[in-house]
Amino acid sequence: MKGRLKSFTGWFLILVLALVPLSACSSSGETNGNSESNNEETLDIFSWWTGAGEEDGLNALIDLFKEEYPDIEVENAAVAGGAGTNAKAVLASRMQGDDPPATFQVHGGSELNDGWVAAGKMETLNDLYESEGWEDKFPEDLVDLVSKDGDIYSVPVNIHRGNVLWYNTSVFEENGVEPPTTFEEFFTAADQLQEAGVTPLALGDKEPWTATHLFETALLGTLGADDYKKLFTGELSFNDPKVKEATENFKKMLSYVNEDHSSRNWQDASQLVADGEAAMNVMGDWAKGYFVNDLNLKVKEDFGWVATPGTEEMFMVITDTFGLPKGVANPEDVKKFLSVLGSVEGQDAFNPLKGSIPARVDADLSNYDEYGKETIEDFKSASLAPSLAHGSAAPEGFVTKVNQAINIFVTQQDVDQLIGSLEDASGDLK
Amino acid sequence: MKTETEMRSVTVSTRKKRSLTKDHMLAIGFLIPSILLVGVFVYGFIGWTGYVSLSNWNSLVPDFSFVGLKNYLYLFSDFRFQADLRNTFFFTIIFILAVIVVGQFLAVLLDQKIQQESLFRNIFFFPMALSFVVTGVVWQWLLNPSTGVNLFLAKLGLDSKWYTDTTIFPAIGWGKIEFGIPIAMIAVVIAAVWQMTGFSVAMYLAGLRGVPEEVREAARMDGANEFQVYWKIIMPILRPITVSVIIIMAHISLKIFDLIYAMTGPGANFVTDVPGVYMYETTFRGNYYANGAAIAVVMLLAVAIFIVPYLWSSRKGEA
Repeated sequence: MKGRLKSFTGWFLILVLALVPLSACSSSGETNGNSESNNEETLDIFSWWTGAGEEDGLNALIDLFKEEYPDIEVENAAVAGGAGTNAKAVLASRMQGDDPPATFQVHGGSELNDGWVAAGKMETLNDLYESEGWEDKFPEDLVDLVSKDGDIYSVPVNIHRGNVLWYNTSVFEENGVEPPTTFEEFFTAADQLQEAGVTPLALGDKEPWTATHLFETALLGTLGADDYKKLFTGELSFNDPKVKEATENFKKMLSYVNEDHSSRNWQDASQLVADGEAAMNVMGDWAKGYFVNDLNLKVKEDFGWVATPGTEEMFMVITDTFGLPKGVANPEDVKKFLSVLGSVEGQDAFNPLKGSIPARVDADLSNYDEYGKETIEDFKSASLAPSLAHGSAAPEGFVTKVNQAINIFVTQQDVDQLIGSLEDASGDLK
Repeated sequence: MKTETEMRSVTVSTRKKRSLTKDHMLAIGFLIPSILLVGVFVYGFIGWTGYVSLSNWNSLVPDFSFVGLKNYLYLFSDFRFQADLRNTFFFTIIFILAVIVVGQFLAVLLDQKIQQESLFRNIFFFPMALSFVVTGVVWQWLLNPSTGVNLFLAKLGLDSKWYTDTTIFPAIGWGKIEFGIPIAMIAVVIAAVWQMTGFSVAMYLAGLRGVPEEVREAARMDGANEFQVYWKIIMPILRPITVSVIIIMAHISLKIFDLIYAMTGPGANFVTDVPGVYMYETTFRGNYYANGAAIAVVMLLAVAIFIVPYLWSSRKGEA
């Protein structure tokens, strides 16, 4: 008994002795780490831009920055994966582990404000906006999307429009179909196309956000921009009859989609339209980049576009922005990068390649194709609405639950159940 | 040097009344780093995950206030998690059965003293060398409704929609979901079996080689036909191998993530979703850290059901 006790005491002693230097190690390790990263000035730019077009845009931006600041080491730290699913997971671990990238891509709106800003992980950029004279260079609505409680937290680099209906021009011509602007016209056109043996609407919801994307355009088209926004501030309940009407419209749209939708992603769905197997699809205007850069189609000749049904004077905004996380080693360098990103030159280097439109109001129109020019005009006059599927309208937690509810709805088509799930999830809208 | 048994008796803090000698100290010194590392990075984090699963941390802002079983109650009433449990249950059963049956069958064929045996062995074993992600992408192309195998099936006038079929068979109402085998799951099972059968072939082949020829001869002398030799003599001898295969395959299938994530994703109506995929999405997309931790704990318990009795029995066997 005595021996056992002794050996236990020995064990315990050794454990303690071993733990003390270990913990000392870890705290000194932290300080070492910090001083190390102070020395190396690498600016790692974190994004999910790895596709054709978007990667070129980012590289053009980095090249521009290198021209102006050749001494600063830049690293393109992009993580692949559609809509940033994987990148956001990597980002979350880095931020939680207090190892933030120098700057990172984040959608303006809730994803930024209720996410990283609320978590206290972002620095304000008011002084940068002041020193660069940006207050009147970005639309006010847009600055609101990247501000919380009057402080600005990120710099928008581009604008994507979410509510675009793309169509194959030759399929439309062959069947004598005009681009639909209302739900009624859409359903008439869809019936006509279906009779002709063409899949009216292409959908690829292997990643469920694409179905949510379609749903949000139906919500916007049925409710209008003002009521749509009220859904996420709690001023309008999901039990409102108009939400039910929107859900019915969404359900009817789903009856026109390709049967293998759940095995396709959005690119595969766009390809159906490009190949003429399907007539239309609803996707943000990154699909234009896919049509033009990857499939070599010509704007207006091979494919056309209109706003999704009922949303003609509205603009579903998805804006990619970059901010300054707390605790980075080289904040001044990051601000230099952000100043290039927010400059006219920066925006005009990035956006034509990415296929988006500039966030600034004074960009040079001649850099943009026909789609870009039209969209820039629309953006000036349309009423803006933040995208739900892309995290601008509501916190990620709510979006995740909506994606799940929509994924169930696409199969079960139970309108009341979907509205019930949305109402339940709206508890997460804080 | 002390003998091994003596060393062991000290490290397991033993009955012998002896003070620590230099050798014992040395042995303990060597063990300490790994014990510490495993203690902190395995058991420490398991404990931490368990704690998080009982906390209120369901946003980017950490909130470690204790909420009891709230996250678990939410999960078990959640359509998606119920579907995940169903999917995992059927995936595990069909997958393990198929790996055992196909693996044993191929091993028996290989054991017939054929020519080029090593070539076939390598062919069967090769898929094991691939990552599940590669397997997932390749089989997605092969089984996709608009490509690959289904083009042949369609030519034969057969249905090509099974890959995305949301039917559950037989659909028995259970909680919020229908209980039964999700048809779309079959595609994933095929890919998983393709990848893992090589492993069971290798195990069974080793087992078959360990069956003494005399035993077979003796059985034949006693008048058993070849089928009876396999059924009554060889199969019982191979039983420990079957147990090992079950354990190893169960822990793979209960934790499966990469294959499904690459191949089908959660699937329409979550017919191919599994807890691993849900955990990843809810934790890192939805920032429901506590819910994610709760899923992790449920997965750990599910695997423990298989592993703990195994470890227990093998420990007894050693003693």
